[in-house]
Amino acid sequence: MAVEGIGARALRKEDKRFITGKGRYTDDVVLPGMGFAAFVRSPHAHAKVRGIDSSAALLMPGVDAVLSGDQLVGDGIGNLICGWMIHSKDGSPMKMGGWRALEPETVRFVGQAVAVVVADTQAQARDAADAVVVDYEELPAVADPLAALDEGAPQLHPEAEGNLIYDWEIGDEAATNAAFENAAHVTRMQIQNNRLVPNPMEPRAAVASYNDGDEHYTLYTTSQNPHVARLVLSAFYNVAPEHKLRVIAPDVGGGFGSKIFIYPEEMVCLWASKRVGRPVKWVSDRTEAFLTDAHGRDHRSEAELALDADNKILGLRVKTVANIGAYMSLFSSSVPTYLYATLLSGQYDIPAIHANVKTVYTNTAPVDAYRGAGRPEATFLLERVIETAAREVGMSPADFRRKNFIKSFPHQTPVIMCYDAGDYDATLDAALKAADYDGFAARKAEAASRGKLRGIGMSCYIEACGIAPSAAVGSLGAGVGLWESAEVRVNPVGTVEVLTGSHSHGQGHETTFAQLISERFGLDTDAISIVHGDTDKVQFGMGTYGSRSGAVGMSAIVKALDKVETKAKKIAAHLMEASEADIQIEGGELKVAGTDKKLSFTEVALAAYTAHNLPEGMEPGLKEGAFYDPTNFTFPAGTYICEVEIDPETGRTEIVNFVAADDFGKVINPMIVEGQVHGGLAQGIGQALLENAAYDENGQLLTASYMDYTMPRADDVPSFNLSTHETVCPGNPLGMKGCGEAGAIGSPPAVINAITDAIGSNDLSMPASAEKVWALCKSSMRQAAE
Amino acid sequence: MYETQYHRAGSVSEAAALIGKAEDGKFLGGGQTLLPTMKQRLAAPSDLVDLTKIPDLKGIKVEGDAVVIGAATTHSEVATSDVVREKLPGLATLASGIGDPAVRHMGTIGGSISNNDPAADYPAGLVGLNATVKTSKRSIAAENFFVGMFETALEDDEIVVSVSFPVPQKSGYSKYPNPASRYAMAGVFVSQQADGSVRVAVTGAGSDGVFRVAEMESALGSNWAPDAVAGIHVNDGDMLSDIHGSSEYRANLVTVMAKRAIAAS
Repeated sequence: MAVEGIGARALRKEDKRFITGKGRYTDDVVLPGMGFAAFVRSPHAHAKVRGIDSSAALLMPGVDAVLSGDQLVGDGIGNLICGWMIHSKDGSPMKMGGWRALEPETVRFVGQAVAVVVADTQAQARDAADAVVVDYEELPAVADPLAALDEGAPQLHPEAEGNLIYDWEIGDEAATNAAFENAAHVTRMQIQNNRLVPNPMEPRAAVASYNDGDEHYTLYTTSQNPHVARLVLSAFYNVAPEHKLRVIAPDVGGGFGSKIFIYPEEMVCLWASKRVGRPVKWVSDRTEAFLTDAHGRDHRSEAELALDADNKILGLRVKTVANIGAYMSLFSSSVPTYLYATLLSGQYDIPAIHANVKTVYTNTAPVDAYRGAGRPEATFLLERVIETAAREVGMSPADFRRKNFIKSFPHQTPVIMCYDAGDYDATLDAALKAADYDGFAARKAEAASRGKLRGIGMSCYIEACGIAPSAAVGSLGAGVGLWESAEVRVNPVGTVEVLTGSHSHGQGHETTFAQLISERFGLDTDAISIVHGDTDKVQFGMGTYGSRSGAVGMSAIVKALDKVETKAKKIAAHLMEASEADIQIEGGELKVAGTDKKLSFTEVALAAYTAHNLPEGMEPGLKEGAFYDPTNFTFPAGTYICEVEIDPETGRTEIVNFVAADDFGKVINPMIVEGQVHGGLAQGIGQALLENAAYDENGQLLTASYMDYTMPRADDVPSFNLSTHETVCPGNPLGMKGCGEAGAIGSPPAVINAITDAIGSNDLSMPASAEKVWALCKSSMRQAAE
Repeated sequence: MYETQYHRAGSVSEAAALIGKAEDGKFLGGGQTLLPTMKQRLAAPSDLVDLTKIPDLKGIKVEGDAVVIGAATTHSEVATSDVVREKLPGLATLASGIGDPAVRHMGTIGGSISNNDPAADYPAGLVGLNATVKTSKRSIAAENFFVGMFETALEDDEIVVSVSFPVPQKSGYSKYPNPASRYAMAGVFVSQQADGSVRVAVTGAGSDGVFRVAEMESALGSNWAPDAVAGIHVNDGDMLSDIHGSSEYRANLVTVMAKRAIAAS
């Protein structure tokens, strides 16, 4: 390693242990005397639980206990909750039904846990779980969100009449309606955003232990935010008091949002460990992951765009029904509201926007944040409508977008957000050039000579990251503040440990955060350790999601570094008998400007801890903490262009080129940013072409394994053509915007716009399966023949 | 996975004896279907009798006008065999596209055909090449071997020893993979036999497993060209239908894959 500062393509410090199999994941944790949990799950989407007979299971080898919901409720364990209050447009609060970690009365989705077995081995626990007999009385089920709103639809929760959780709105309805009355052209579309399963490589897991000597609990778990897990487990679920609960999220193999939330299983392990008097491990298998990890997306929308005679956008009107599943997961209510409709202005100057969102219960797995969380849904809707409007009025999609771009900043949209900085022309120009947009006609003709259909499509996305100013989200209903904290500990020998409330589960924080310190003090990155994921080590933290670790997490580190630097300079000035203002830090040394006097960083650190000769009144040590609360969201934006070639005989789509021109603000490590974009694009292309969580009308998940759920693979995606174009974010000290979700947000509409361009038919929903595309090619050809 | 007893058989007769003694035994021919099924606790054989280490079941050789492939030969060995590539190029193509590299290095031809998954590739190769399956008890023509979905002519203690493929003049295979599982949505194997007769065998698409398309065979008999089959459509009603493809779509794929198999031959 070396001194590798901001902008260096530093290789990832964490990769040695990951690549050599030395990562330490939750399933690697083995505690003395540990038992294993297996859950008894409902095979029905909706049923009354008439009785649970565990007598046979209890007699099986190795079985400690079979625990069910009655015991859980009896022990005073609280319901799982949604921590973001949304009010309907009539002012009434959202209608949240009860969610118990083990359900004693009514199961509402396939896979919901009704009991847990703890046994000596995993196999014994599973065998015994199979032997638990649950007497179900099946009830009618509904999986489709529109059908759930129908009169006479099966009702899930008594609290939510008509399965409606809230009927929410944003924007000025009257102004928007007026815009449509004055429109020269209106584009109208029905848009579906398909349901996805997150599929992190590492499934969820928990190892829980209770020490009755000091009445203390420890939970190792696959969490993106261990402090939030501890807070919720203690404050709301009453499993353990906060000061007697340590939550450790060790190496975590991907999350994509799905590991933000508190799930029944992890909480039950904690509770069961005290009940049975031994540590309890549970590791989700892949089928459990499909059935019970929080899914993503699942919107049905109507969108209308009003244009004037000059093709300027006058207004946007949106009606969305969002499927939240059978229960309200931790942040589920915010995803189809404040994380979605506040982005409906996109990169465009739209004078009037009104959106209405109805969120409904169905007999399906809970739906919550998944990579992008609301912003992919907004971007897909808007960029499909924009593209369609351009085609309808006969303008080039690029020119139409450019004509309507926001050109000056700050820009207040009609839907809360105030964009601080951007240059949308710059990313559009870069993408057009990289995609050789002007040469497309020739490529299309060449493809046609081979019997193939070429299409090109674009998407100019915007998203909001760096969530978020605590007071702002508090006023919108969030139950937590979304600041971040950091502590910088300079050790006596001059090495540095940074304790951060962010959590790395694939993002490479151990590298990028170290680059920040390396830049500031000129230290070798090997002299820097990033500590995260343990509530007993790290002061507090809100965790990693919403592309916030750079803009918020690193900003907290910067604040702590400022304090460390100030104190180090004071010590150096004192020791070298110079003025503090003359001390400069450079190359790992503190120098007196204009002289050859200097001290190494190590000497200053040692001086801080020996405390033999410190300035009058200074405390020993060199360790500072900081909390950082952002002043605004950040607004990464860019243009993606997708070029496809379609085989009309089979309907197969091949992505022949994919260009991403992103503005992420300041980039710390370009290699890691590219990796984030690659992964996001693969997931976005997966959504557009392949992935779909399909339930049948009875609420059975048809895609509960990789035999049926189509994950994108290496040969499904092209070699990406990436570039970044920096406008510095004015809202945080590093000027960062965030890059973790952009790929998944911006890419689906680019892909669908390209395919619909190729086949000359616009009525295409995601995923654009080969069969759908084939059928549209066939009907296009039939129409052309007639 | 439920508990099971693993046995490694050294000979065909030992394998038959072991399965005879087992309460509910299964032969293991590579395990690429059986083991995942067991891991999902959807199968619980009391005993597994591994056939893949039996010397008599290994290897690829030329016998007269035929290529004989031992039942325990892996897909990778078939795909990379010089003999198969020269004499049965369509079969080499087929084997090179089964599953993924891990599957191809573990899965065997005997295991695959004994399972007779309706979307597996080999049934099309065997029927399309007019192969003969040699078992521990008899020889069975490929068309009689595959009985229906996951159903073969094999008796409980009968073991596939080898498959004999008469060397054709031409052969080709083309499949459209299921996007999720990469099994065949429609896989079409075509061959022009030594005597000039033509075979077209389809896997993945039919609701009753592998089938031949007589109309295509007859058209190709007079004109071995993709265009000869372009207008021939199998009956939608005989095709599978699921979330990945309707019967109408699969019927279309049969025609398209047949054209491409001929073009590749």
